[in-house]
Amino acid sequence: MTSSHLPSLLLAIVLGLTANLPVHPADTPVVTTAALAGPAAKGFDLDIVGEEVAVLTHAPNVPPPIQRQHATKVVVNVEVREVVKRLADGVDYLFWTFGGEVPGVFIRVREGDLVEFHLGNHPSSKMPHNIDLHAVTGPGGGATSSFTAPGHQSQFSFKALNPGLYVYHCATAPVGMHVGNGMYGMILVEPKEGLPPVDKEFYVMQGDFYTKGKFGEEGLQPFDMEKAVDEKPSYVVFNGAVGSLVGDKALQAKVGDRVRIFIGNGGPNLTSSFHVIGEIFDHVHQEGGTKVTQENVQTTVIPPGGAAIVDFKLDVPGTFILVDHALFRAFNKGALGMLKVEGPENLLAYSGKEVDATYLGDYALPGSAESRVASLELEMKKVIAGEPKIAAMGKEILVEKGKRIFAQICFACHQAEGQGIPAVFPPLAKSDFLMADKERAIRGVVKGLTGEVVVNGQKYNGVMPPVMLSDEQIAHVLTFVRNSWGNEGDIVTEAEVKKIRAETVSQ
Amino acid sequence: MHIALPLIAAIFALSTGRAAEPGMVTIPAGTYRPLFRMEKDAKEVPVPSFQLDAQPVTNGDFLSFVRENPKWRRSQVKRIFADEHYLVHWSGDLDLGSARPEQPVTNVSWFAAKAFASSRGQRLPTNAEWEFAAGAGFTIADGAKDPEFSHAIARWYGTPAPDVLPDAGHGRPNFFGVRDLHGLVWEWTSDFNSALVTGDARGDTGLERQLFCGAGSLGASNRADYSAFMRFGFRSSLRAGYTVPNLGFRCAKDP
Repeated sequence: MTSSHLPSLLLAIVLGLTANLPVHPADTPVVTTAALAGPAAKGFDLDIVGEEVAVLTHAPNVPPPIQRQHATKVVVNVEVREVVKRLADGVDYLFWTFGGEVPGVFIRVREGDLVEFHLGNHPSSKMPHNIDLHAVTGPGGGATSSFTAPGHQSQFSFKALNPGLYVYHCATAPVGMHVGNGMYGMILVEPKEGLPPVDKEFYVMQGDFYTKGKFGEEGLQPFDMEKAVDEKPSYVVFNGAVGSLVGDKALQAKVGDRVRIFIGNGGPNLTSSFHVIGEIFDHVHQEGGTKVTQENVQTTVIPPGGAAIVDFKLDVPGTFILVDHALFRAFNKGALGMLKVEGPENLLAYSGKEVDATYLGDYALPGSAESRVASLELEMKKVIAGEPKIAAMGKEILVEKGKRIFAQICFACHQAEGQGIPAVFPPLAKSDFLMADKERAIRGVVKGLTGEVVVNGQKYNGVMPPVMLSDEQIAHVLTFVRNSWGNEGDIVTEAEVKKIRAETVSQ
Repeated sequence: MHIALPLIAAIFALSTGRAAEPGMVTIPAGTYRPLFRMEKDAKEVPVPSFQLDAQPVTNGDFLSFVRENPKWRRSQVKRIFADEHYLVHWSGDLDLGSARPEQPVTNVSWFAAKAFASSRGQRLPTNAEWEFAAGAGFTIADGAKDPEFSHAIARWYGTPAPDVLPDAGHGRPNFFGVRDLHGLVWEWTSDFNSALVTGDARGDTGLERQLFCGAGSLGASNRADYSAFMRFGFRSSLRAGYTVPNLGFRCAKDP
């Protein structure tokens, strides 16, 4: 207890004595609230140069790095508000907040700064509140000096002696409930030399919430003390609500960026196993301290009332998921956020899916893959040959396959309906040139066709390069064009294509 | 002070054979277990029978008081006895403005509340009296055994303060016939600051208090009663000159 409580103690004693005495109408109490020492009592700090008002940000934003090379007096104005906000879709909750949102505003000061803290408690509040900043060296971390009734404000000052990332929270009884209702945030005391520059900084805090209703039960949900005592939250979330960091609200960055996350945990109960799916923390300031204590970390532990600073470089684009890797919290209670990274692919760092194939494992029969495929095809052909209906459909199937190839390659010149472009690309539809000589048609595709040709009485003199397709694909696409748009022809087989290709090579 | 005499109060008064003052209810003698106490303090505090307002003092009641006592009008009150938000929700010294006379009066200091009670030959209830009366459930004397009652209290803490305060006297009466002890506004008690909760709740069970009190605290008697924690926390944040938008009072009287 600090000396500032002495007056209230005396007051209480006097009140206690007067309480049971007979009272008279004229009896006006003479007890007063004694004056506090006041700001002047702390004297002067010669290191402090100038004064400024702190820039405060709501999560996930972080105030800009401090450029000052000296300590200054920083005025921090924080308003406590009790507000109804969304906890999840269709679920509202009466949050108690530092600055109107959960987590509370992010405060950034420099090592050695003199912080003059003003805590206002909005008149609409039901509760008194105070603030304990873990960055404060002093009783209660400021809590004993900031206890504030609704519609009142308190002021206290502290010197930011120790650099680091610190949690702050309300410490009014019942403390767990005040914290459980969202009364926490973070203050960064930047070391004198600053932090290494990065491209993006984000502010994320985990918290557990205890509602009467189960996860997702709609309506304004009251706090459930029993669940809180049992440490069985209905919600575990980042930045105060399910989905506060997804979709349009996802954290945004670009390939090549170095990203720093100031990650804290308000609790009140659960320890977080903070993990970003698909990223590795290059550097971790464990427990929010000033040293990089570990490099190349997959998951870092954030205790309630604790924090960490992590940074990592983004090498590939995509969506990276922030989770508490105690996974039922992530997928069933809301502890899930997103970091969306835009930019060019880096296939050397990450290829994307390269192979999508059947995997038989030990169900596979002996033999090489090729012999397995060959024997399967043989088996398939036997089945088709033994089934007249399917056999009759052979040409239709080939035409269908060829149509797909045509639509990907050939249509660019010969056009979608095979009509070609007059005087530039000869038509395939009702083409006398195409249908007159099957082998010439095959040769044209395999080898290419250069020089003057006459198609349907029209001269063409262009260049068709060899088409890079397999013999089977050429057979299919030729079967398609020779049986479409008024052309009527037979099947072009793979064997026929092979024969032409062999002749091409020999020439 | 109050127009309507709750029926149950009348019945209670008849049954105890002692007539309560109009608008007041006789609370029978009982015991109160303090949430916080000094080592030398008794575990249970006997509460002699007393009379308590059946509902909080209203704007209308307080308007009559300041009419008769000009020094407690908004423009006249000494700053030392009430801060600058004293009766701020009224339009003027004797003008309620948009405030309704039936609403509980708020934005009044402890000094003002005490003066109001004195003007009627009454007093503010002690913490022990208030807590004893407020501990009664809807249907039984021990509210802790009435889950419906406990939920009703908790609900108030879990809902935002309304833009417009409801009128006094509409809450469900408790076992003693008293209304609105919970769920409407906080209320001053005569010894509101005697619980000695410091600004930092976590230190309240520690050694620091010995420095002043010469006795260690055993801490809270019932850690599960978190609404009691909140009331003690709230009272501890106050100074006698403070006024708060959701803090009112009611009066008590010896039998």
